[in-house]
Amino acid sequence: MMRFNKWTARAAGALFSAVVALPGAYAAGGYEGLEASGANVHDMASLQRGAKFFVNYCHSCHSAEYMRYQRLAEDIEGLDEEMIEQNLLFGDQELTDYMKPAMPYEASADWFGKAPPDLTLVARSKGGVDWVYTFMKGFYLTDEGWNNTVLENASMPHVLWELQGIQRPVYETVVDENGDEQTRLKELTLDEPGLMTPEEYSAAMRDLSAFLIYMGEPAILERERLGVWVLLFLVVFTFLAWLLYHEYWKDVKK
Amino acid sequence: MSEKESLASLDPAPNKGRRMLLLAGTGAVGAVGAGFAAWPFFASWKPSAKARVIGAPVEAFIGELQPGQLMKTVWRGQTIGIMRRNERMLDDLPELNGQLRDPQSENTPDQQPEYAQNIHRSIKPEILVLNLHCTHLGCVPEFLPEVGAQPFEENWKGGFFCPCHKSKFDLAGRVYQGVPAPTNLIVPPYRFVDDDTVIIGQDPEGAA
Amino acid sequence: MAKPASNLSRQLESVGNWVDRRLPVSDFWKAHISEYYAPKNFNIMYFFGSLALLTLVNQIVTGIFLTMQYKPSAAEAFASVEYIMRDVEWGWLIRYMHSTGASFFFIVVYLHMFRGLMYGSYKKPRELVWILGVFIYLVLMAEAFMGYVLPWGQMSYWGAQVIISLFGAIPYIGDALVEWIRGDFFVSDATLNRFFALHVIALPLALLLLVVLHLAALHEVGSNNPDGIDIKKNKDEQGRPLDGIPFHPYYTVKDIFGVGVFLTLFAFMIFYAPTGGGLMLEKDNFIPADPLVTPEHIVPVWYFTPYYAILQAVPDKLLGVLLMGAAIAVLFLLPWLDRSKVRSIRYKGLASKILLVVFAIAFFRLGMLGLGTGTAAEVFEARIWTFVYFAFFGLMPFITKYEKTRPVPERVTK
Repeated sequence: MMRFNKWTARAAGALFSAVVALPGAYAAGGYEGLEASGANVHDMASLQRGAKFFVNYCHSCHSAEYMRYQRLAEDIEGLDEEMIEQNLLFGDQELTDYMKPAMPYEASADWFGKAPPDLTLVARSKGGVDWVYTFMKGFYLTDEGWNNTVLENASMPHVLWELQGIQRPVYETVVDENGDEQTRLKELTLDEPGLMTPEEYSAAMRDLSAFLIYMGEPAILERERLGVWVLLFLVVFTFLAWLLYHEYWKDVKK
Repeated sequence: MSEKESLASLDPAPNKGRRMLLLAGTGAVGAVGAGFAAWPFFASWKPSAKARVIGAPVEAFIGELQPGQLMKTVWRGQTIGIMRRNERMLDDLPELNGQLRDPQSENTPDQQPEYAQNIHRSIKPEILVLNLHCTHLGCVPEFLPEVGAQPFEENWKGGFFCPCHKSKFDLAGRVYQGVPAPTNLIVPPYRFVDDDTVIIGQDPEGAA
Repeated sequence: MAKPASNLSRQLESVGNWVDRRLPVSDFWKAHISEYYAPKNFNIMYFFGSLALLTLVNQIVTGIFLTMQYKPSAAEAFASVEYIMRDVEWGWLIRYMHSTGASFFFIVVYLHMFRGLMYGSYKKPRELVWILGVFIYLVLMAEAFMGYVLPWGQMSYWGAQVIISLFGAIPYIGDALVEWIRGDFFVSDATLNRFFALHVIALPLALLLLVVLHLAALHEVGSNNPDGIDIKKNKDEQGRPLDGIPFHPYYTVKDIFGVGVFLTLFAFMIFYAPTGGGLMLEKDNFIPADPLVTPEHIVPVWYFTPYYAILQAVPDKLLGVLLMGAAIAVLFLLPWLDRSKVRSIRYKGLASKILLVVFAIAFFRLGMLGLGTGTAAEVFEARIWTFVYFAFFGLMPFITKYEKTRPVPERVTK
């Protein structure tokens, strides 16, 4: 039998406490205060709603240039090519086209000061879809105009305000470590209701999040389905290899 | 083996049966695993989704194609010829039967879709749609439609002549006897949208 | 074998003999596999050599297949990676096997190196085994760095910018050298193209050659073991070590079991955490390279962060680069820094044990700090651990010379 000797065990223990005691460094690189989207990329109904929402509300300005319309029909149950042709394609677009925006880039850059970014990989480039989820729920209106809790002074206007309604900020004053008074955003209140209730809006954003996860990596569906079988297979193989190893090592004198 | 058994560090167990069984079991499971693991690598060589999109059917306008004229287009990287044959050309086809390897396209049903398995090898007798690459080694034969003696054939009734290895085909893409090319030229799947438009790469509706 | 050989096996044997008279296949097999006697007391730390070989093979095979689809040009590289991830059948799996494989390669190599530190595997007569190993580590770092540039995302681009600029710290020739490495006035298509060539052919060839030499040197002197005992001292009348067992079948079956455990963990990461929470594939690398926009938070991949932290800890460009280089170069000196009578940490004194644990923590902690944002507190801490890192090597000659060691047994223990 192999075993850790006492000394190795002690070293491993010390290393382990070094990890556990000092986890701060990496977390500091991430975003704080994001709300979990709760999106489930394997929920086909959710993906389908998310795809429609994306095409209807986001896609007129944002491209998804690594994604083909056709792939949606291949991957998402309940979406077939005919539905995509009728509901999701604009103008003379074809099923096999990449999801390029209906609005030319130059024009949109003129409107918003910079071109709206491509969204194919947004769920990945933001380190997870929670950023997008929180961003889409985080717009609020001040006297200076729209702002956002996640991305201050975002160049994107709140295109979904009609759905979500208008949120207004509530500020609070806190005393910081140095004894100075600081004003900070406490929460958002729904000032003017939109076409959707807050629950409906959250659900729509959850669907959109699921779709963005999928679009960032269409293979995720197959990957996560297949992984279980690969792991089960490897466990069986490893167990057999372990039996074989012990069978042979019966020969070795202690 | 006997040498090993005398090693001081070893004391070989007497029961070899279990050992062989485990060896076979682990080996078999490992081999299956290696097979599964190898598959993605083989499969990655298949035409990708992008290649399949680029290989989608192409449309060709034939409204201005004159009798006796050949136009070329490209589908899946293959040169596709579309030809409008005249009466004389169609009449000559049966006469050549004796000189051809497979005049009725019976021996090689894969060289054309079922709907083109006839003497003129086409849906409409006058319109010929043909993958022009020689069935020998893939060169594109010259188009020599005129009747008259040729260096390679005295009684030439018009057809295709491959400059690479001298294979001869008639104006239905049927291969002559005694040339290197084994089979008739390939007729790709195609269908007519209307009289003036052909889609190459798609079967007619109802003829999958 | 007393069994009468069948006709077929006789024929196979004669084919084998025919080959053997022309190519010493069975001699090679005997010398390196079936009659290579390895100490019987290998513990878990001894899995990582063969696993390193496995990860190398994984990188080569998946790399070859990625090369078939990847486009080494600044205009196409990023999109071609997405093409692999989306359009190529199973491309996503091959790519993740490669990207996750790189990280696992380093995990395995770091554990393999730490094993060497623990049991004194660098000590006489294994100095060359160790030195060749350090060369492998160096080439591996260059290989990994250039591989990370290939997807041509933001981290690829700015990582390349930073790493290449390190050479600019060299006095007099620095700027010209940087320009020469880039092949342009900024990190560009030319840089990507040459890195591609180095990554897919030049460095892998060097790596393979070094691995062959590393193994040849090892098999010449024989494997060390957790007791640090020379098993060749105690031999039977036929000259075989009393504490040795043939590598095959005993360590082959054991390593197959190790491979099974490794592959299970590897597959888990590939299928359920291919980005490793941003450690193996960083989020900014999902944004195409943009020479005009620097990401807010540039961090190398985790396996480089200890050195990156050392670089950040020094408030001087040249000195920082020198210290970072020294942190790696000092590994070459290890065989002569350790002056202990014993090899294994098991029989060294308490001071050596404490030093090794502290060193491991320092390396680990530096790795964590290298991932941070570089706050003043982090830089300060990195300085402490940098000092500890070098103190380990600096103190080693004195401690190992003067500390009291425990008696090493004659024969290996279990």
